Amino acid sequence: MTTTTPTPVTGASAGAPVLPSDGPRRATTTRSQRILRARTERGSTDEERGYVSTGDWRRPHLRRSLSTAHLVLLVLLVVWGIGPLLLLAKFAVTPTQDILRTPLSVFPHGMAWENLDAAWNEIGISRYFLNTVWVAVGSWASQVLVATTGGFVLSVLRPRYAPVLHWAVLATLFVPAIVLLVPLYLTILHPPVGGSLLNTFWAVWLPAGASAFNVVLVQRFFDSLPREVFEAARVDGANDFHLFWWIVLPMSKPILGVVSVFAVVASWKDFLWPFLVLRDPDLQPLSVRLPTLFGTTDLGAMMAALAISTLIPILMFLIFQRMFLRGAGLGGAVKG
Amino acid sequence: MTPPDFGRPRRTRGTPASWLRSGGPSALVFALPVLLIFGVFSWLPIGRALIMSFQETNLIVSSWVGLENFQAVLADPKLPLAVKNTAWFALLALVFGYPIPLVAAVLMSSVRRAKGLYSALAYLPVVVPPVIAVLLWRFFYDARPEGVFNEILSTVGLGPYPWLQSQTWAMPSLVLEATWAAAGGTVIIYLAALASVPAELYDAAEVDGASVWRKIVHVTLPHLRGVLFVTLILQVIGTAQVFLEPFLFTGGGPADSTLTILLLIYRKAFGQNLGAEFGEATALSLLLAVFLALMSLLYFRLTRSWSTT
Repeated sequence: MTTTTPTPVTGASAGAPVLPSDGPRRATTTRSQRILRARTERGSTDEERGYVSTGDWRRPHLRRSLSTAHLVLLVLLVVWGIGPLLLLAKFAVTPTQDILRTPLSVFPHGMAWENLDAAWNEIGISRYFLNTVWVAVGSWASQVLVATTGGFVLSVLRPRYAPVLHWAVLATLFVPAIVLLVPLYLTILHPPVGGSLLNTFWAVWLPAGASAFNVVLVQRFFDSLPREVFEAARVDGANDFHLFWWIVLPMSKPILGVVSVFAVVASWKDFLWPFLVLRDPDLQPLSVRLPTLFGTTDLGAMMAALAISTLIPILMFLIFQRMFLRGAGLGGAVKG
Repeated sequence: MTPPDFGRPRRTRGTPASWLRSGGPSALVFALPVLLIFGVFSWLPIGRALIMSFQETNLIVSSWVGLENFQAVLADPKLPLAVKNTAWFALLALVFGYPIPLVAAVLMSSVRRAKGLYSALAYLPVVVPPVIAVLLWRFFYDARPEGVFNEILSTVGLGPYPWLQSQTWAMPSLVLEATWAAAGGTVIIYLAALASVPAELYDAAEVDGASVWRKIVHVTLPHLRGVLFVTLILQVIGTAQVFLEPFLFTGGGPADSTLTILLLIYRKAFGQNLGAEFGEATALSLLLAVFLALMSLLYFRLTRSWSTT
């Protein structure tokens, strides 16, 4: 239960089966894999073509209208994609009174850099920021641990109970997160081993690990690794742990990257679950703390806080752009 | 190539114990994280949800009540309202969020220079943490004439609008923000699908003298049919579970005009009286789950048949 906050269109929460699964063995490719492969194979050479041919491009009339359409689209996309963020960036350094009276004028009474300072120190964004990072790191670790060991058992070791385990994991994809809300809350409140996980980071970290999507994703990747390598390692005397640590993991960097980005992004976005189990403000991540502060805190400082909180995800996106967009493409055909 | 079998014991009809021993003790060690984490935080709560929906539960004691929870949920006068609001949200999300990404993606696919810039711009809002997007838009929706949107619209002589404060406009306002936050993902999905249209089809269409418009209508769009249907189902599944927007924008108001199913479940479980209606909340979430499972099954079958054809 990583995403308790479903978004329309991508709807990336549980409730939909994530993979069009065929048994663990059959190596069929999913639609998106084929699409991605077709894309990379064709590359950006002249082979890639759409509905406009080179001949069409030579016709001046068509060329002009298409170029105009592209330009209009670009302008709209700039307004759509950057507009609200630019406004946010402007608000972050605008005096509160100006934000309220003339939100669209550009610094009529100068700038207010002190907003940033107030956000970081007085509101205490620094603390919630660290909490957010801490929550993300733990969720990432638990997801990677469960997904890699689980994938290893299901794909490489294949004990006799593997099919049962596989289906038990897969079945949870059909259960939307909302069904787990109350019982999982009670589990956190009274875990089987006693005590209570409420107001500890474990309450977020551990349930994050129970992501069937990750397990299946990693398992499928392991399925595609060449068996000869494992065999050779066995002959050389490698046991299961050697095989896992020295052979399988180093070969799995691409999929670990995908799982990691998904894990960190999901954790950064999550709201409802941390909101329920981290009631102590000192432990809350940004997305939980900011709504509580909004409306009771000075607007200028608040806007600066929002801007700072947006910065890291945007930087991550700009750095890992390819992976994000690939993941989104994957999302359509593979992920529910 | 047949998968070699590594030290797997020969097939023996055995007891559960021998079953577990298959693959050796190290297989069990590797299975431990999955078993523990899924066991405690997935399988156990799922089972508990089934049980709880037939129980009257609070934080301390619980007792069996049969189908009473389901009856109470279905008789709740707020349920039809929540269903209606959720359906309204879903419909508006389709009207706003379905055609625009399609048109944008089709147009983007013919861009020759700086294509990456286009998709990056479209995707940027998806990267903004949802909570922050909602808080920012809440300020944009300021109902005063000086509000951001009201001021922008006043330049073309419209408004001021009450946005979130009006029963009529609150829901469309929520949907507009949700569309902004999600449309980029849909565009990327369509772009991937567009890139997969076989070049030969266009070549063939050109031999027949097809214009650009006819190529779009007769080659491109038919090829997207599958993906369009998948995104439709995904969107229904997603919008049926909308929570964040109504919760943070309006809290379900004004006058419950943005009360959605998930918000109703949340209120029953964690509203004023924590735990008082855990049973009802679980019962309602199970009813919703059945609906979603049906949609998922549809999706599952479709993606499966497409990936094999």
